[in-house]
Amino acid sequence: MVTELTVFLVSTLIKIFLVIGVLLGLVAYAVLAERKVSAAMQDRIGPNRVGLPFVKARLMGLGQPLADAFKLMLKEQFVPGHVRGFYYNLAPMLAFLPALLAICVIPFAGVDPIHLPGLSLAIPQPGVIANVGIGALLLFAVTSLGVYGIVLAGWSSNSKYAFLGGIRSSAQMISYEVAMGFSAIPVFLISGALSLPQIVDFQIERGWLLLPFVGKQFDWHLLFLWPSLLLSSLIFLVTLFAETNRAPFDLPESEQELVGGYNTEYGGMRFGMFFLGEYAALISASGLFVTLFLGGWSLPFGLLGTATSLSTFFLQALVFLGKVCLLVFFFMWIRWTLPRFRYDQVMTLGWKVLLPLSMANIVLVAILLAVFGGTP
Amino acid sequence: MEGILFWFLALVLLGSAVAVITNRSPVASALSLVTMILALAGLFGLLGAYFLAAIQVWVYAGAVMVLFLFIIMLLDLKAEEGMPLRALGVGAGLFLVLFLGVGIWHAIPASAWEANGLRAAVSNDAASIGHLLFGAYVLPFEAVGFLLLVAMVGVIVLSKRDV
Amino acid sequence: MGTPTLGHYLVLSGLLFTIGLAGVIVRRDLLIMYMCLEIMLNAANLSLVAFSRFSQQVRGQVLVFFVITVAAVEVAVGLALLVSLYRMKRTTKAEEITALKF
Repeated sequence: MVTELTVFLVSTLIKIFLVIGVLLGLVAYAVLAERKVSAAMQDRIGPNRVGLPFVKARLMGLGQPLADAFKLMLKEQFVPGHVRGFYYNLAPMLAFLPALLAICVIPFAGVDPIHLPGLSLAIPQPGVIANVGIGALLLFAVTSLGVYGIVLAGWSSNSKYAFLGGIRSSAQMISYEVAMGFSAIPVFLISGALSLPQIVDFQIERGWLLLPFVGKQFDWHLLFLWPSLLLSSLIFLVTLFAETNRAPFDLPESEQELVGGYNTEYGGMRFGMFFLGEYAALISASGLFVTLFLGGWSLPFGLLGTATSLSTFFLQALVFLGKVCLLVFFFMWIRWTLPRFRYDQVMTLGWKVLLPLSMANIVLVAILLAVFGGTP
Repeated sequence: MEGILFWFLALVLLGSAVAVITNRSPVASALSLVTMILALAGLFGLLGAYFLAAIQVWVYAGAVMVLFLFIIMLLDLKAEEGMPLRALGVGAGLFLVLFLGVGIWHAIPASAWEANGLRAAVSNDAASIGHLLFGAYVLPFEAVGFLLLVAMVGVIVLSKRDV
Repeated sequence: MGTPTLGHYLVLSGLLFTIGLAGVIVRRDLLIMYMCLEIMLNAANLSLVAFSRFSQQVRGQVLVFFVITVAAVEVAVGLALLVSLYRMKRTTKAEEITALKF
């Protein structure tokens, strides 16, 4: 007898394996894509030698992530003599975990129950691992834990470069977290929800918050709110760059001054964990931006709006994946285009520009909503 | 299910709280406190206070404890060296614990142990907390906001070397 | 293991509070004493949330919201005080900070 609980447990397990599998695959290929994109932008060729093992097929270097993974795993796990052992081992795990947890509340497809042929019970919430009512808050809370891995890595390495990198990174992350939270508030005010699936549903009906004219029905309220939403999304995007320590905000690991920053003393798979964590954070950050501003898994004008069968469900997931990949490409594009900020410029931008702007934006949106008489 | 989760979280909560005061290294204490805060957030979630659970993680674990770690690392605090235990001190401590324990035990009314109390939590707690904050409690809310401003000014004055 | 009742949560909160109090008394580092204060505040928060759940009222949670805010304020100011104290005395041990006037 199939009970509701077993359906829930089994479907959740499948979702977890699916999402984490796709995430790790995406991380591996994001690393390759980064190298390819940088190569293209600097008029080089990039990695193109590694294909399938034991065969002569090169496949334009698509086997590179496999080779990278094996290299990292087979390297000697060397621990320098001067580190603080326990924390030194703990830090890479703490750096990797928050990004994985964050992905749990991001909806990658519709959440309406799906009926499978041959199964009497519907699958609850197929499109998200955990459908939490305050998903957005939870996501911010979990991502704010990412600082620990970096602080501990910097401190436990017991070396000046790593320590400076760790301190810089945590100061940067704490500073930009505030502006990030504030810049997301207009989205919550307008959609009237903290739950990410509900925000996506709102965008399907009324138009994506970045492109308000692609909803099922045209809503002139959103046109008035559009300038604020553009500003809000811009601030959010910039803070995402800073939160994920990506160029032009890659101060924590600026090679020219700090060797490798907080991960200077790490090697082998421990270094690999930091690397994976960084890219996983990048992907979940892109997922969050897509969910908040780009309509999540939906297509314009309510196409693919409701999933009734498994095939539309997978189409929705593919749309979401496509949007995330585009945004990840955008992140790489910026990284290889802009030079790095100076440290005081980073702090000035965060505290004196982005924070007041995002606060003023909240007030403006609140006044507009009050004039319209609540959520449009 | 709820029972198992409760006992697990309670164990982690008390264990990490004890670890905060028994660890000699300040960093270990701070990390134990982070564990305690996460376990408490779990208990909040178990009680249906999801909004507070998220706020707890975000404010305490994500901001306050990072500040603690920062200070520990910047001041480079060393582990506290132990002091010899004295019979009088240990005895007084045990007596105090016993005294407090009995007091707390008697403060809990018998009706608290009835299992009927726990039914559906208030749904959408974020919205109802928001309504209360901007409705009945708007004055305290403004006062707390003003307190934050005062604290900000105070911290800047305190940490400037010469004003 | 049945479902926990209000009493379970209150005993847990009391134990947590006692541990925090013991920490404030036993430890001599101001920073650790601060952490123990946080434990005590958190213990109070736990009982407030439990009461709010078992009496089906959100008001208790509003109070916890205020407590968390004030605790954050307290930590910010307290740590700033601690740092300026450290600058003058090079220590954070409670028993070494004995002068009334600097």
